[in-house]
Amino acid sequence: MSMINPLARARGHGSAKQGVHHWYLQRATALLLIFLVGWLIYAMVSLSGQDYLATVLFLAHPVNAACALLLLIAGLYHAMLGMQVVIEDYVHTPWLELTLQLAVRAGCYLGMAIGAVFVLRITIS
Amino acid sequence: MAQLSLPKDSRPTEGRHFAAPSEATNVKTFRVYRYDPDSGEQPRVDRYEVDLDRCGPMVLDAVIKIKNEIDATLTFRRSCREGICGSCAMNIDGVNTLACTQPISEIKGDVKIYPLPHLPVVKDVVPDMTHFYAQYASMRPWLRTQSVPSPDRERLQSPADREKLDGLYECILCACCSTSCPSYWWNGDRYLGPATLLQTYRWLVDSRDEATGERLDELEDPFRLYRCHTIMNCTNTCPKGLNPAKAIAETKKMLMARRGV
Repeated sequence: MSMINPLARARGHGSAKQGVHHWYLQRATALLLIFLVGWLIYAMVSLSGQDYLATVLFLAHPVNAACALLLLIAGLYHAMLGMQVVIEDYVHTPWLELTLQLAVRAGCYLGMAIGAVFVLRITIS
Repeated sequence: MAQLSLPKDSRPTEGRHFAAPSEATNVKTFRVYRYDPDSGEQPRVDRYEVDLDRCGPMVLDAVIKIKNEIDATLTFRRSCREGICGSCAMNIDGVNTLACTQPISEIKGDVKIYPLPHLPVVKDVVPDMTHFYAQYASMRPWLRTQSVPSPDRERLQSPADREKLDGLYECILCACCSTSCPSYWWNGDRYLGPATLLQTYRWLVDSRDEATGERLDELEDPFRLYRCHTIMNCTNTCPKGLNPAKAIAETKKMLMARRGV
């Protein structure tokens, strides 16, 4: 049992004076993803039954390549922000929380980088 | 590590049974959570049969009748019996509400009474509200000004500005909302919870207050404010019909407006 004063416990380490940025980006990427998932559905419908070459040519178009790139980056960034909150909510063991947070970040950034290389390789070659 | 099963003291056992007198005409069973941390015994759920023909209409009437006539060891808080003090907040039939404004007739089957969820239990349905009150106090919920008040009059407020406090000033700090919030359950040590956030918003929109920026500074924190995930349990459960979720959303909009896109 701790004898810490209740007010000291409630005030804790004070306010971090951040959080708006995270909140804003989570909503901004969500909004962006509505349009990009619309593009993804359009792409899948128009490519259904098409062969490999037609698919590559479709993705090589600058607008489609830009949409694919944005979808990857916005989607993974949105997922990263969401997972960060989920881990903060539920994982209260410090070493485990830090490990998971870093793993999620590493995974998302790696996914963005690899995805970007693939999309650029298709559209530039 | 994550704890997937409830600790021993969170699993109540079947308790004692108090049958209604034989002449009772309209019997309703109340299943009440009983726990005395000092006794070392497991919490239990006692069953009390109450004759509703000899009892007032509200759950609090029945609880008082149980204490007066059936089992004097039952411990609970109550004061005003008209929904303005917030003392008798408890979990009744699975919903946090005030026992004094909850009609027994609205509850089908047995009436299940537990303390407000996820607070330490002092005894029976009396929870430890220390941290809840400390969080409220930490937001310094009073008029903060820099200007010198006029010596011959109050700080004036227009009727239109006064109206902005409607739906906020009615909060009685019964803690029904905060203790219904899963985010407050998991992170209540740092998340302020809907009650304190609604009360803080009450000062953010008070036209006489001059500390809006400082208040927003104090709130802008991933845990203090942004643990709210718009679950809406707070608004669903508020026995005063208030909307803490909206107050929190408005606070987030104020922070956004201050920052710019």
